[in-house]
Amino acid sequence: MPETIADDSVGIVETQIIHFSEALTLECGKTLAEYDIAYETYGELNADASNAVLICHALSGDQHAAGYLSMDDKKAGWWDSAIGPGKAIDTRHFFVVSINNLGGCKGSSGPNTINPETGRYWGPDFPIVTVKDWTLCQYHFMKAINIDHWCAVIGGSLGGMQVLQWTIDYPELIRNAVVIAAAPKLSAQNIAFNEVARQSIMSDPDFCDGHYLEKNTVPRRGLMLARMLGHITYLSDDAMRNKFGRELREGKLNFGFDVDFQVESYLRYQGRSFVDRFDANTYLLMTKTLDYFDPASEYGDDLARALSQTSAHFLVISFTSDWRFAPERSREIVKALLQAEKQLSYIEIEANQGHDAFLIPIPHYMNVFASHMKTIAGALS
Amino acid sequence: MSPLGEHLAVAEGEDLRADLSIIADWIKADSKVLDLGCGDGTLLAYLRDRLNVLGYGLEISPFNIEDCVEKNINVIQADLNNGLKDYFSDNSFDYVIMSQTLQATEQPDLLIEEMLRVGKEGIVTFPNMAHWRARLQLGLKGVMPVTKNLPNEWFNTPNVHLCTLNDFEVLCKRHDIEILQRTVVDHSHRKGNWLMNLLPNLLGEIAIYRFCRNT
Repeated sequence: MPETIADDSVGIVETQIIHFSEALTLECGKTLAEYDIAYETYGELNADASNAVLICHALSGDQHAAGYLSMDDKKAGWWDSAIGPGKAIDTRHFFVVSINNLGGCKGSSGPNTINPETGRYWGPDFPIVTVKDWTLCQYHFMKAINIDHWCAVIGGSLGGMQVLQWTIDYPELIRNAVVIAAAPKLSAQNIAFNEVARQSIMSDPDFCDGHYLEKNTVPRRGLMLARMLGHITYLSDDAMRNKFGRELREGKLNFGFDVDFQVESYLRYQGRSFVDRFDANTYLLMTKTLDYFDPASEYGDDLARALSQTSAHFLVISFTSDWRFAPERSREIVKALLQAEKQLSYIEIEANQGHDAFLIPIPHYMNVFASHMKTIAGALS
Repeated sequence: MSPLGEHLAVAEGEDLRADLSIIADWIKADSKVLDLGCGDGTLLAYLRDRLNVLGYGLEISPFNIEDCVEKNINVIQADLNNGLKDYFSDNSFDYVIMSQTLQATEQPDLLIEEMLRVGKEGIVTFPNMAHWRARLQLGLKGVMPVTKNLPNEWFNTPNVHLCTLNDFEVLCKRHDIEILQRTVVDHSHRKGNWLMNLLPNLLGEIAIYRFCRNT
C-alpha cells in the first residue's frame, strides 16, 4: 500500500471500459461483432483537444500505466517512473491515454472474456490479432473519446512497434512518435524464443487445448516457464551477474534439483507471480502478434517507403545492453527514417539492465525523454 | 564530440562563433546538411532557423545530446569512428560538416572519404599545427605545443591526428579531392587579415575548408 501518494504521482486512478458495438474486421479475415476496450487516462484534455498522448504497452503490459488503483494497491502502474506531474510524460501538460490492447487480459476483449455469440469464454478461439488490428482499434477508440489527433504516441518494445505502425497507418493523425527499445520486425532468434514460450504453455496438461478456464484450471507450469524464459531475455548477462552472481540461496549446494542459486529462486518467483496476473492464451496471442509484425512487408520490404507518408517527429531510443531488441535493430528504424528525410533524434542509452532498461528511470534516458516531451508541450497551441 | 570543450559553447544571444558563421555563409538556403560531431547543436539550430536547412547531427556525448534535444535538433547518438554506413546512403546530403572534430577521429582519411560518399560537398575546420606559436614551442622549446586552441597536454589530448594546412592539402590531392574554398581564423575565431591570408599555414590558427570530389 502506498502510505502516502507522492507529489509526482498521478494518484488514484480508475480503469474505464468503452463498449464498441460496430463490427471490427481483423487482418486474419475474422470479424468481432462487438468488443470492449479498457483504458485509463491521466491529466486533462485541453480546450482544443491537442494534448492527447497515447501510451502503447508491451507484451505483458496493460492499461494501468501509472498511479494506484486503490490505497491498498501494492505497486504503481508499469510506467509510473515516466508518467506523472513533473515526470517525462508530464501530466500537467498532457492528457495521457493508456489502452489495454485487444486480445489482452485486463478488461479489453480477449481470450479470458466471454464470446457474446456463444456465451462461453473465447479461450483459444479469440482471433489472432496483429499490430495493425490494434492501431485500427485504437483509431476507433480515439474517435469514441473525441480526439482527432495524438500529439504523441509513445511505447517501448512491442509498444514501440505499435508506435511505428501508427505512423504508417495513420500518418496524418500523429504529431510525434517515441519508439523505445523496439525493432522493425522480429529476428529468427526472437521468434525462436517466442516459440519455446508457446510450446511450454501448450504442452502443459492443464492447458486443455486452451479451454482451461471452462475447466476451472490454469496451465500454471507452462505459463510460468514461458515467463521465466522471457525474463532471461529481458535482462542482460551483466545485470544478472550484478544482481545474483553465483550467490547461493541457502549458503551451500544441496546436491539436488531444487533451487541452489539465487537466480533460480528469482526466476521461479517471477514465473509464479506472473501466473497470478496474466492469461496464458493472451500470452500465446501476443507472442504471435510480435512474430507477425513486419510493417515494411506491405511496402516491398522498404521500411523507408512505409514511413514516407508521416510528418511525425521521431524520437528513437535504444539501450546498449538490450539483446532482445538490440541497438542495431533501432538503427534499422533510424536508417529508414533518415532515408525518408524525417525529423528524428536517436539516442543509445548506456545501460546494463538489458531490455528491461526501458522501464527504469535511468537519468540520461529520462533527461532526454523529458527534454523532448518539453519541446512537444512547448509547441502546443 | 567536442575536443575543445567549452571553447565551442556559444552563449545565448551571442553571435555565432566566427568559424561557424563562415561555414554558415558557405551553405545554401534550403539545403540538406549533416554535421558530424555537432556538439550542442548551435550550428544546426542556426542553419535551421536562418536558412531553412534540413539538418542532422551526429554526436557521441550524452550531455551534448541533451542540449540538442532541448533545441529540437535532429541528432543521432553515434561514434564517428564507426563510420557512417550504418545510417547514411550515398549522396544523401548537400553538405557534410565536421567542425573541430577531424583531428580527434581515429581515421581522418577514411572519414573524409565517407563525407564525400554521403555528401556532395564536405566542410571541415581544424586547428593548424603549423601556426607560429606551435612552431615556436616545438622548434625552440622542444615541447609539444599547448595553445589556446590546443589546451591539452600530449598525454591527455583527444586530438590524436593533428595536422597543418599543408598536410591537409596533400591528403586532398592524394584522395583526388578538389578544394573549393579555404579560409583561416585566429584563436578568437576572427577572420584573418591580409597577412594571415598571405601566410595561412604560419599565421592561421584554425583552418576552414570546403571541398568536393574531383570531377
